Amino acid sequence: MSVTYKIATEFEAIVKAYEKAGGKPEVFKSSRIASLVVSSNKVLAANEIPGIHMEAEELPSGIRATIRVEPGVKLEYPVHLCFGVLPQEGVQEIYSKFEIGDGAQVAFIAHCTFPNALDVRHIMDSTIHVGKGALMHYRESHYHGERGGTVVLPKARVAVEEGGQYFSEFNLTIGRVGRLELDYVVDVGPYGVAELVAKAYGYGDDSILVKEAIRLNGEKARGLAKSRIAVREKARSEVHGVTEGNAPFTRGHVDCIEIVRDEAIAIAVPLVSVRHPSAYVTHEAAIGTVDKKGLETLMARGLSEEEAVDVIIKGMLGG
Amino acid sequence: MGEILRVQDLWLEREGREILRRVSLVVEEGTVHCLLGRNGSGKSTLAYALIGSGGYRPSRGSILFYGQEITDLSITERAKLGITLAWQEPARFEGVKVKDYIALGMKEPSLPRIEESLRAVALSPSEYLNRYVDESLSGGERKRIELAAVYAMHPKLAILDEPDSGIDVLSLEDIARLIRRMASEGITVLLITHRDEMVPVADVASLICGGEIIRTGDPKVVREHYARRCIPCELAEPVESEEDYERYV
Repeated sequence: MSVTYKIATEFEAIVKAYEKAGGKPEVFKSSRIASLVVSSNKVLAANEIPGIHMEAEELPSGIRATIRVEPGVKLEYPVHLCFGVLPQEGVQEIYSKFEIGDGAQVAFIAHCTFPNALDVRHIMDSTIHVGKGALMHYRESHYHGERGGTVVLPKARVAVEEGGQYFSEFNLTIGRVGRLELDYVVDVGPYGVAELVAKAYGYGDDSILVKEAIRLNGEKARGLAKSRIAVREKARSEVHGVTEGNAPFTRGHVDCIEIVRDEAIAIAVPLVSVRHPSAYVTHEAAIGTVDKKGLETLMARGLSEEEAVDVIIKGMLGG
Repeated sequence: MGEILRVQDLWLEREGREILRRVSLVVEEGTVHCLLGRNGSGKSTLAYALIGSGGYRPSRGSILFYGQEITDLSITERAKLGITLAWQEPARFEGVKVKDYIALGMKEPSLPRIEESLRAVALSPSEYLNRYVDESLSGGERKRIELAAVYAMHPKLAILDEPDSGIDVLSLEDIARLIRRMASEGITVLLITHRDEMVPVADVASLICGGEIIRTGDPKVVREHYARRCIPCELAEPVESEEDYERYV
């Protein structure tokens, strides 16, 4: 009885933290929405719906999960995933495998929340397979509290088969970052599409390292690696955007903007390579302070300088 | 109605060069005052100095707004008093929706007023409210949204820097209608232009040349002077360029 009560209390607490990270708690009450809730190494809730199968195994410091979407299934509502650590200290390792069947269409909305973190380490190691003609959207939002005590290491290895499409967005724009080391690599087959977007806002002594690589291996594959980073105070950011055009008529683009304030440091390393004469890969990277004309335009509407900077940065990170 | 803006013997120097020289100008409240001049004559420089732009601090002279000295006030402070600028080449704001951008300057933002301001510049609210003020808009669309934002803000003094340039759909008559509408709603307009066709919308006109105001008075007379003696002109050296703002702010 007391164990049930304890789990119920923890579920409520993690859902409350999930809400703070931008999630909508009501999704966990709907039987029509697939969901998975994990606190530290405990699976607190899992809801399967027809066409999607989720298996989760508890490990000493995390979980191992397999999420499989049957071929041809088109899920009406996004699948909601919630991962979190509520204590001030702890380690959470999530080893996940996503298998999106041929022709399936699915969207995932993941929230990772560590609201009280003083010394929390979160490792996310994913293997993702997007089948032929399948479509996968994956949006992950983080909330790490206000004390900067979180280390987050998200890693994904993604394979997109012929005609498949993979869209990923990583957001860490509310609260402190702590230390982030994101490492995504996507291999795209013929006629496939991959878009990786990473957004983060660091301050204090936060440290942000984003590595996004898209390898366009199949004919007419397309890819975009986009990052939007803002750093202020003594934060540091480093973005490595890689796009390879390895097959005929592939099209790729790396797009990086970093805004720097105060004593912060930002580095961008775009790397593009082409291994076929008909491939075309471009890059643009802009690092600097807030655009002066934008700033003065907003100030001429009555906003203070700080308010104007806030509008510009939030626009860049939120849009 | 009294004077809303008085510029007294304003000088602005940069790298030892005089960009504005002994500029004196009085704008009466409730009027449309046209500042006419060739490209590079110092019109935009004066506009930036009037709003308090960081790179455009006068070296001498004063600016009074309703009799209050504002020469040392910041852009924000001047905007709060009711002075704003519709930029000749408006900035882009990634991730900021048109409706939110327009609302930023409004004391009491309301959707009907935002929609009305879009219609005033011939943009359909249903098509534009949720678009982003970024590179997905053409230069002409951004410009119209800039004018809509100034109109929605309902400032006391709206400085419109070349509102007639680069607009793809709005005709000169549309611009003139918007300016008259602003004036009828109590907004004093300082209209900056190099096109003398815009002058008839004004109650008073001033001619600027080489950073100096050389004539003020009846718009017809000023326009005639401009048309006869300033176009073409081989005498005056340009004192400003479009790149200056990026360099000095």
